[in-house]
Amino acid sequence: MHPHDEFRLRMTRRSFLGSTSRGIGSLALAGLLAPRLLTAEDRPELDRSGARPAVERWRGVIDRPHFAPKAKRVIYLYMAGGPSHLETLDHKPKLAEMHGKPMPESFTKGKPIAQLQGQKLTCFGPQIAFKRYGRSGQELASVFPEIGTVADHLCVIRSMVTEAINHDPAHTFMNTGTSIPGRPAMGSWLNYGLGAESDDLPGFVVLISTGKAGQSQPIAARQWHSGFLPGRFQGVEFRSKGDPVLYVGNPDGVDRTRQRDVVEAVQELNALENDVVDDPEIAARIAAYETAFRMQMSVPGLMDLKNEPKEVLDLYGTSGGDGSFAANCLLARRLAERGVRFIQLYHRDWDHHGRVKKDVETTAAEVDRGAAALIKDLARRGMLDETLIVFGGEFGRTPMAQGDGRDHHIKGFSLWLAGGGIKPGISHGATDELGYEAVEDIVHVNDLHATILRLFGIDHKRLTYRFQGRDYRLTDIAGNVVEKILA
Amino acid sequence: MIEPRALGSGIAVLLTLSLALARPVEAGDSPRVDYDRAVRPILSDTCFTCHGPDPARRKADLRLDTREGFLGAEVGKGVVVPGKPDESELAARIDSNDPDEVMPPPDSGKKLTAAQRATLRAWIEQGADWKGHWAYRTPERPPIPDGSEPNPIDRFLRASQSRIGLEPAPEADRVTLIRRLSFDLRGLPPSAEEAAAFVADARPDFVEKWVDRFMASPQFGERMAMHWLDLVRYSDTNGYHSDNHRDVHLYRDYVIDAFNENLPFDRFTMEQIAGDLLPDADDRTRIASGYNRLLLTTEEGGGQAKEYLAKYAADRVRNVGTVWLGGTFGCAECHDHKYDPYTTRDFYAFGAFFADLQETAVGKQVPTPMPGPEAKREIAVLDARIAELKQTLETSTPALETAREAWERGISTRPKGHAWRPIVPVSAVSKQGATLRIESDGTVLARGSSPERDSHVIEWKTDQAINGLRIDVAPDPELPNRGPGRADNGNFVLTSTLVEANGRSVPLVRATATHEQASWPAAGAIDDRPATGWAILPKTGEANHLVIELGEPIAAGGTIRLTLRFQHGTKHTLGRWRAAATSDSRPLEVDGAGGPPPAIAAILSVEPDKRSEIQRTELAKYHRSVAPELEPTRRALADATTRRKSLIDSAPTMLISISAAPRMMRVLPRGNWLDESGEVVEPAVPSFLARGDKPSGRLTRLDLARWLTSPEHPLVARVTVNRLWKIAFGQGLVATLDDFGSQGTMPAHPELLDRLAVDFRESGWDVKTTLRRMFISKSYRASSVPTESQKRLDPGNIHLSRQNRYRLDAEMIRDAALEVSGLLVDRIGGASAKPYQPAGYWAMMNFPKREWQADKGDGLYRRGLYTYWCRTFLHPSLLAFDASTREECRVERARSNTPLQALVLLNDPSYVEAARAFGERIVRQGGGDSETRLAFAFRTALSRDPRTREVEVLRKLLVAHRLEYEKDRAAASDLISVGERPAPSDLDPAELASWTSVARVILNLHETISRN
Repeated sequence: MHPHDEFRLRMTRRSFLGSTSRGIGSLALAGLLAPRLLTAEDRPELDRSGARPAVERWRGVIDRPHFAPKAKRVIYLYMAGGPSHLETLDHKPKLAEMHGKPMPESFTKGKPIAQLQGQKLTCFGPQIAFKRYGRSGQELASVFPEIGTVADHLCVIRSMVTEAINHDPAHTFMNTGTSIPGRPAMGSWLNYGLGAESDDLPGFVVLISTGKAGQSQPIAARQWHSGFLPGRFQGVEFRSKGDPVLYVGNPDGVDRTRQRDVVEAVQELNALENDVVDDPEIAARIAAYETAFRMQMSVPGLMDLKNEPKEVLDLYGTSGGDGSFAANCLLARRLAERGVRFIQLYHRDWDHHGRVKKDVETTAAEVDRGAAALIKDLARRGMLDETLIVFGGEFGRTPMAQGDGRDHHIKGFSLWLAGGGIKPGISHGATDELGYEAVEDIVHVNDLHATILRLFGIDHKRLTYRFQGRDYRLTDIAGNVVEKILA
Repeated sequence: MIEPRALGSGIAVLLTLSLALARPVEAGDSPRVDYDRAVRPILSDTCFTCHGPDPARRKADLRLDTREGFLGAEVGKGVVVPGKPDESELAARIDSNDPDEVMPPPDSGKKLTAAQRATLRAWIEQGADWKGHWAYRTPERPPIPDGSEPNPIDRFLRASQSRIGLEPAPEADRVTLIRRLSFDLRGLPPSAEEAAAFVADARPDFVEKWVDRFMASPQFGERMAMHWLDLVRYSDTNGYHSDNHRDVHLYRDYVIDAFNENLPFDRFTMEQIAGDLLPDADDRTRIASGYNRLLLTTEEGGGQAKEYLAKYAADRVRNVGTVWLGGTFGCAECHDHKYDPYTTRDFYAFGAFFADLQETAVGKQVPTPMPGPEAKREIAVLDARIAELKQTLETSTPALETAREAWERGISTRPKGHAWRPIVPVSAVSKQGATLRIESDGTVLARGSSPERDSHVIEWKTDQAINGLRIDVAPDPELPNRGPGRADNGNFVLTSTLVEANGRSVPLVRATATHEQASWPAAGAIDDRPATGWAILPKTGEANHLVIELGEPIAAGGTIRLTLRFQHGTKHTLGRWRAAATSDSRPLEVDGAGGPPPAIAAILSVEPDKRSEIQRTELAKYHRSVAPELEPTRRALADATTRRKSLIDSAPTMLISISAAPRMMRVLPRGNWLDESGEVVEPAVPSFLARGDKPSGRLTRLDLARWLTSPEHPLVARVTVNRLWKIAFGQGLVATLDDFGSQGTMPAHPELLDRLAVDFRESGWDVKTTLRRMFISKSYRASSVPTESQKRLDPGNIHLSRQNRYRLDAEMIRDAALEVSGLLVDRIGGASAKPYQPAGYWAMMNFPKREWQADKGDGLYRRGLYTYWCRTFLHPSLLAFDASTREECRVERARSNTPLQALVLLNDPSYVEAARAFGERIVRQGGGDSETRLAFAFRTALSRDPRTREVEVLRKLLVAHRLEYEKDRAAASDLISVGERPAPSDLDPAELASWTSVARVILNLHETISRN
């Protein structure tokens, strides 16, 4: 950020710190010190109402929402690798009829293609049967029996399109609205726009699980980077092994009391330094150390599922602590309860170039129960209405065979949304009869982003950040809200 | 952005107005409105989207970014009539109340304030003066304003400060100043001794002396490299997808050396952009040309070459466009720029400068070995020796002739080779769409599209029993590098072979070849593993063959299908090959293994006097290759060749620029690489920036570099001194360091910027001299603590009446901790280092899966700029402090202040180990009591003595923790063992642990990580 912008941000009425002519008054500083740390120690798991924050947290640049907000947070179940829409959410009986026959050239001519470049293109029928679920009669592949039980909550979009055909640029496109690296991820945008609801947790948390079928593509930290937005909006990965947040554990030989002693001394000396140099950054530093210490206290407890009732563990299908997608779904609920704005769960293993039948079965089974449990759990806690759930990947897969699998495909794919102001029990858009190209109510990635922002009461054209002389936004230069799916 | 934008632009307008109005009043009553400062920012932000450079979006055929645009073909016809606002449509439209008339239109979301409208009106009234955008005019040296300050920089700044009644701050105290100088010029804190000497320095020119001293230290180059490496997006990994390692660290060494040697910036520019094309190109400039290879590349299977080549071209345009032109050229990839005169054609023509670079579109980039000077000397000696030995081996002598005759008599004339019969297939099919042609002799030729990976399948009906197959690969002038493969270097990799007889797979038991490339043996061709295979470098352009022995014979009469798989990628498929079969009994191996090859055997079977000249020569040549008399020579040759190879293999390798026939570049409509309808373009600089005559012929990167560093260039000197200014003052004179275009901010002190730019250019692009001018100014030396009036009059410190203060960069924070603790290894340059990193941090990377292996010893304690730079997962400690992931050019890092930073400084083992080493230093060197030790600690880390209250706080901690650790000695021992460094056995663990706590506090202080 340009110092200019930092200055500009600091001048806002509701900035991270109430900036006064003397930076932060010594009265306020006194309030920041030791007593608060003790509070944190006594209450390692601060509840949502929490103790009063010592400094005003970042409340976002959107002062008054542009529309009535429906959602307060997102839980994004990101199926990384590009799930085959044809084996999950988009039933194409005609493709079954065409199985083994040449793919009509009228569909494919002049279109980008990945690993099937220059090969003979043959239709490959759906490998998994579809069933109708719920009162809404939502049509899903039979690999999702649990998701089927919450079918009436879902809005299935079958007309997604994106612009990048290889994983890395396609992830970047799905997360930032462009395939050029270096722009902020949507979680960063939301936190920048709306601020945080938590004092001791980051506003953007990422959890990652890896499937067992062995078709896992890499995923880069750029997918949750804040790009040109300030670093505080960056996503933070919560891990299932080692420290749950990097460096959240005390050093060897340092227990909680000793760590607190060190942090308190740092705070006191920084406050003394402020008397000499009168620097508002010092108040921000003190606040950051306080939050850091509170994270040290609260995160391990947050990540520890052993106190969850057995009934809840059973609902999700996890015993906790195993780094599975199911455990991450349960963690996502706990993060949501604590006010995290954007929670993104990656499940890596959807790149089914080969063995699409067997591997979709394997991978779907890894996510089915957790995703369904999350919806049920949020619903019974009254949180589903304010939590937007997104379930989908970076692209779909070809109706054409690649051996017994399918290649990457960007002209039509599917995902589903639930909760958070989304019309339940509907489907939206359609691909052509072979599932190749989205033909009805096409939803571009930029449209999806515009719609997500709308659910938070934000006009996507008005959430901008000036960088290199241009007002950038999540939707770049495009994006139309998909009005039909709003509740 | 909603709220800050409104407020922020309000501030910007106020500043702009105050600056614009602060200018000397020239004529008339109203203050002079300056176009650059006051008018263009309004037009650019509000009007250029529809009335600017982009014709696709232009409305009403009106453009306001050129004089012709708003004045019209003749005065009075345009929307602006100079001197007559009431006759100017522009004034009427912006003041209109009619929603159909008013500009900007309500649905644009843009609005003009009353002040902005007044400014436009005043500008028209004053004659609508227009000079074009300031940054696109060649800078001229402005005169130095009058004043009493000896330093021109201070004169310029004082003049602007006095206009708004700002008082300059007094000089900073000496401690602050030595720390500032040391961090700014070396990226390190001063030692306690240096600080003491500086504080006591009574020389009148002490600052000059210390500036010179620090600039002469090798750490100066490291500090400058930190800045430069962000610009050029230097990284140790390729960036996309698998994000694998690449060898480029020699480039980093080059940058450090270049700054230390004060290489003129024009030469520095030329070496990077065209170091391979310079008339005096050498290894150093070739390494510099690695600049062109620092971009993100992909190895992702399924990537399309054309798409990625388009991405690479755009990446390079964006980078040169930002680093040297300080602009947002990248915006012109899909459409003509909306605010600046860059056109889409400019964009692709600029990209064409780099179309000659040899590179892999999709796949691993091929590095070049760069032996050091000693190795190079030895290689030269070896080359001479090898030539001499080869000469000996190729020269016939009478003695050898005699020996040959004797040899010939002793050898059986029966060919030892197997009886091979060529196969003429009935079909030959490429799985990936290459065109396979069968010649009459059975040769298979691959033509047409050249897939990354492929399989060739041939079928035939055999009329003989088969025990073995032979694959002949042959050179072909039509193939790259004469083949036989289709890879750019003529190579191929046969990764697996499948033989099916009547539909049943036949086991393959043994493979031998006439030549095997190191690590690519014949056996790899039959083991069914795609990662192994048979290849033939360096013997491309020659015939070779592979013999495969079957595990069970195939009976005559069957239909045989032979599949050759090439799964290596990057077009390593075969372009010319032929199969042959033999019924000879096993074992089967390549011809010549036990005697002369068939060709020689055939010659031997001819009576000596009936042999042709060619046959005699061939035979003599073959004899020399086996003659025992020449065995010592052959061994010497083999030894020399092996030694040479080992020198090359052990040399560091580097991606450098290698020029080849340029690829064709087209304008890609809307950036779409699938669209081939665009115009073909040759290299050219943006037309609005072109000066003088265009050289004849196709322009090269060298022409580009010469253009950038030509004295008339309006941007390069300005953009560069502005970044040097940031090193001294923490912000640019042009606040938007990466945008000197229409949407960028105006320079706060345009004359000062131009003066510095012209002086820089005319000093011979001398970086050290230019920096020195800034560092010895009073303005640089000023205190950074603002007074109430400074805060009120100039909250953003535009006028620099005080210094700025800010957090150190990520690398420097690490360096400071290592320096203070005494752990820092001060070696300059070399391969990247791997300090501690949390286990599993790389778990989400793949192809291949990998785990960070922390270094042992020195590699743990090197400066931050040497940390292994992985783009997709940058070291988390650097990332937390806003280090750039180097995916794009970053001219300015954020300076955030976050809880994750606190966690790093508190808990990253690198910092904990530094704290315990610092604690040890305090105990050993700080005297006997806690008073003197605390003083030592403060002087070492903060260059000053502790204050009474500080001593109280730390002593309380010390006492408490000594008790704690005396009670819990195991914990003490744990703490003082963090990291690889052995815990001292001669110190009391509780004592050391408690001082470690104190050291941790000091390393975490805001002051420790700040430059004030």
